[in-house]
Amino acid sequence: MKQHQYLLFLSIALLSLAALGYEILLMRLFSIIQWHHFAYMIISLALLGYGASGAVITIFQRGLNRRFAVLFTAAIALFGISAIASFLLVQQLPFNAEEVMWDWRQPGWLLLMYLLLAIPFLFAASAIALALSHYSDMISKIYAYDLIGAGLGGACIILLLFKFMPFEVLAWIGVFALMATLLAAIALHSAAAWRVALLSILPAIAMIWIALHSAALISPYKELSQTLRIPGTEVVAQRSSPLGLLEIVESRQTPFRHAPGLSLKAEREPPPQVGIFTDGGNMSVITRDAGMSDAFAYLDQITSALPYHLRKLQQVLILGAGGGADVQQARYHQIPQITAVELNPQIVELMRSDYAEFSGHLYQQSDVEVHVEEARGFITDSSQHYDLIQVALMDAFGASTAGLYALNESYLYTLEAFKTYLQHLESDGYLSVSRWIKLPPRDTLKLMATAIQALKESGVEHPAQQLVLIRGWQTSTLLIKNGAFTSSEIDAVKAFCKTLGFDAAWYPGMQAGEANRFNQLRQPWFYQSAVFLLGDNAEQFMDDYKFDLRPSTDDRPYFFHFFKWSILPEILSLQGKGGMPLLEQGYLISVSTLLQALFASLLLIILPLLFLKRREAPAPQTIRRSSVLIYFFAIGLAFLFIEIAFIQKMTLLLHHPLYSAATVMTGFLIFAGLGSLFSQRLVNRGDVRRGVVFAVGGIAVFSLTYLLFFKHLPDALLSLPLAIKMLFAIVMIAPLATLMGMPFPLALSHLGQHARQLIPWAWGINGCASVISAILATLLAIHGGFSMVVTLAVLLYLLAALSFPLATSRE
Amino acid sequence: MMRYFLSLLLLIAVSSTARADDRDPYTDARQRMVAEIVDDVVETASQLGRDRLNPHVLDALRSVKRHEFVPPENRRRAYKNRPLPIGHGQTISQPYMVAIMTDLLDLDPGDKVLEIGTGSGYQAAILAELVDRVYTIEIVAPLGKEAGKRLKRLHYDNVDVRIGDGYYGWKQQSPFDAIIVTAAGSHIPPPLIRQLKPGGRMVVPVGSRFMTQELLLVEKNAEGDVTTRQLLPVIFVPLTGSH
Repeated sequence: MKQHQYLLFLSIALLSLAALGYEILLMRLFSIIQWHHFAYMIISLALLGYGASGAVITIFQRGLNRRFAVLFTAAIALFGISAIASFLLVQQLPFNAEEVMWDWRQPGWLLLMYLLLAIPFLFAASAIALALSHYSDMISKIYAYDLIGAGLGGACIILLLFKFMPFEVLAWIGVFALMATLLAAIALHSAAAWRVALLSILPAIAMIWIALHSAALISPYKELSQTLRIPGTEVVAQRSSPLGLLEIVESRQTPFRHAPGLSLKAEREPPPQVGIFTDGGNMSVITRDAGMSDAFAYLDQITSALPYHLRKLQQVLILGAGGGADVQQARYHQIPQITAVELNPQIVELMRSDYAEFSGHLYQQSDVEVHVEEARGFITDSSQHYDLIQVALMDAFGASTAGLYALNESYLYTLEAFKTYLQHLESDGYLSVSRWIKLPPRDTLKLMATAIQALKESGVEHPAQQLVLIRGWQTSTLLIKNGAFTSSEIDAVKAFCKTLGFDAAWYPGMQAGEANRFNQLRQPWFYQSAVFLLGDNAEQFMDDYKFDLRPSTDDRPYFFHFFKWSILPEILSLQGKGGMPLLEQGYLISVSTLLQALFASLLLIILPLLFLKRREAPAPQTIRRSSVLIYFFAIGLAFLFIEIAFIQKMTLLLHHPLYSAATVMTGFLIFAGLGSLFSQRLVNRGDVRRGVVFAVGGIAVFSLTYLLFFKHLPDALLSLPLAIKMLFAIVMIAPLATLMGMPFPLALSHLGQHARQLIPWAWGINGCASVISAILATLLAIHGGFSMVVTLAVLLYLLAALSFPLATSRE
Repeated sequence: MMRYFLSLLLLIAVSSTARADDRDPYTDARQRMVAEIVDDVVETASQLGRDRLNPHVLDALRSVKRHEFVPPENRRRAYKNRPLPIGHGQTISQPYMVAIMTDLLDLDPGDKVLEIGTGSGYQAAILAELVDRVYTIEIVAPLGKEAGKRLKRLHYDNVDVRIGDGYYGWKQQSPFDAIIVTAAGSHIPPPLIRQLKPGGRMVVPVGSRFMTQELLLVEKNAEGDVTTRQLLPVIFVPLTGSH
């Protein structure tokens, strides 16, 4: 065995790489076939397969340990086969996310989805738990390779997603699992293991082939499915990346006519367009520019055109340029210098190549400068000042109104973001933010509250003088001026609204009688709320409002979270009476996921205890099971609390959510793996207790220091090149993650010495805690911010240290 | 003799209608559905600026056999007050919403109505019970063809179904007293506004297929000026406390 030890470790690393890759890939695949928020729920609960593996192995461990070689190899092989098979089966289920609140059968389908997807995770986790339990003298090393493999898996899958389509990446998962199976057979040097490996080759290859020849079965209620039912409409190109699957759709017979919020007084329709769908929804368009000067007149008849009517602008910055509608709007007004920022390189590439001619070479015009960057990062790093900063309407209407973005972090609409925008305005420049109208009002009012606070914190005494809010029936536009609005500007606002049938909801000096004229609401909610928000009782108003309107911050970046628990009974009582859309689904789905995870975890933790007989505990020391539970649950929660919080915090440094997630996740897991390797030395020296105290003390010091650092990020650091910032992030993560990799293997080795039969149970507890942690971290951050999540994690680590040692002497 | 013969014919006709009604196992379910809508709508009606729904609209809901407009597998649920899938990624709206939207159109028997998005034809059938002429356009060809056949079979002869793009309305038959658009797009098509008569009304549900967030009522006054009313089809006030 000894000479093949490293092959065994390699097999474990490869398995963990595939399992973590599969987890990330599932998120992609579900975002395509269903919706992002259900993807989150399904995958979180499927990961309970890790907890279940602990329970299964604890219950059957006597028999399992005897046949380790066969079972370990089989578990890896079955992971690969079931990873593909489960997803293909799951996408055949008639689950309809939109019917969950109407149809009692839908939760049943949902449950079946979790159970099917838990199978591959159960196999992967069982293989690792078996190895930990079988080689209890090498726990730290096995865990190290598990973590390092997972860390590489995160990076590897992101690279693969840039290169291959999602189903091809699914096939890659099968390939990695097959390689891990063969490596296991070689390492274990057992005829039985070889038999299993050879038997699995054919089904594994068959599944890989099937994955390569399968297509995503997208929900018939997604925007793309609906569009493709229109005669003559087809997908003409696809581009895949970890940011999303772009599908470019053309229609020969029924052209796209995307003009959100177009005035009812508009006479002209948009020119022909091509649709770009991201993950089967969130449609944006590229509009044909055939050189006709008035073809884009329709863009002057939407609420976001307002700033162009106030005065002549020179420099305009567009954040979230997408297919170029806002850029065209600026060009229609002959702005000499337009800077456009777009996050997704593939959209920009489309505009510069395949659709360059169609779009009139929009992104290659001399007056347009395009940057592929994250918007907040771009403006933070920029030293430029603008006459107008336009934050485009980036998200889709449907998902936004259903409250599906509640759990999405957005650093574009935070208080700090607004202050940054204001600093980059020329004197008398405008910040313009457009949003979908939601009734009763939510987004628009939260924007207004954010703008008011940002102005106040920037030293403005009378924010009311610097704000204008207008609305159509579908969109609203908020203007924040770097200076007070003049009477001629206010006249221009009034004229713009009157011409196009929009309503003013606020301008300096506005009277109640001027509100609610063209798009009438039962009450002039927007105007009334604006008055309250600008008045002395704004705090009271926000307390009394039935949705959460308090500004989001960088520490609590949940702009789209509006839900208040106090209104839940009222909304539920209105279920059949049109009350359903008032439910902010995203948040409630998360709460429901947490409750299900807690219930399942309780079962998975308690059940094995019934099978563990106390007499199996070896003398002379006895293990306190309550301590084992507290210790492993606490560190399971704490590890992901810190990892998730730092992914968010690093977004402020690295800006790009993808780079941040990839760097932090890979960095954390690999360095935690190295920490685990290091902990083997402490185990060998018998220094387990000191090791735990040292690790927890270090984690506390580093975590809390970093929190302070993120509060005062130095500007000089922010403007460094991305590669250097990524390196800096990794250097920051290294010591913290190394320390975080130690408590788990130290305590597991301790169990190995005193109560080996509890190893799989502890592994299961840790698995359950990790699932709960991921869900809970977001919910806690929504309410208390990420700083609170980190502080809680430190307390949990301290609790774990206090419950150590797990064994007490019987003497 | 002739009179006797005619009376007999009439009797047979009446009794066969009665038998047909008896054979309709959904009559009670339909009555219950309408009763439920009437209860639910009491409070909402005030939200919509009216005391109660037009009795003719409720009569239409009592008459139209909703189970004929849903796929066989959903027939059992046809009279539940909920939207139902009808295939092709489309739905038949919640009866409560159908009642409110139809009521908002303020229809008179002599009106000409345009519907964009026929679906299975249920809304068109309700309209056909209330007005002289209904024109409906469906872009998904199989749905439109099926709806056309279904409406014909159920003797809704005052409905014309066309398969095509609803964006440009139905110019030859315009102007219309009322227009109903069954799903909101990114904007209200300018041609539809042009095809609305002065004094006419247009209703557009806004939201997803299974959840209507708001109802948009577009009104064109006698001078041709257009305004909208955005109505929450639910009794809900966003503020608590003293505000």
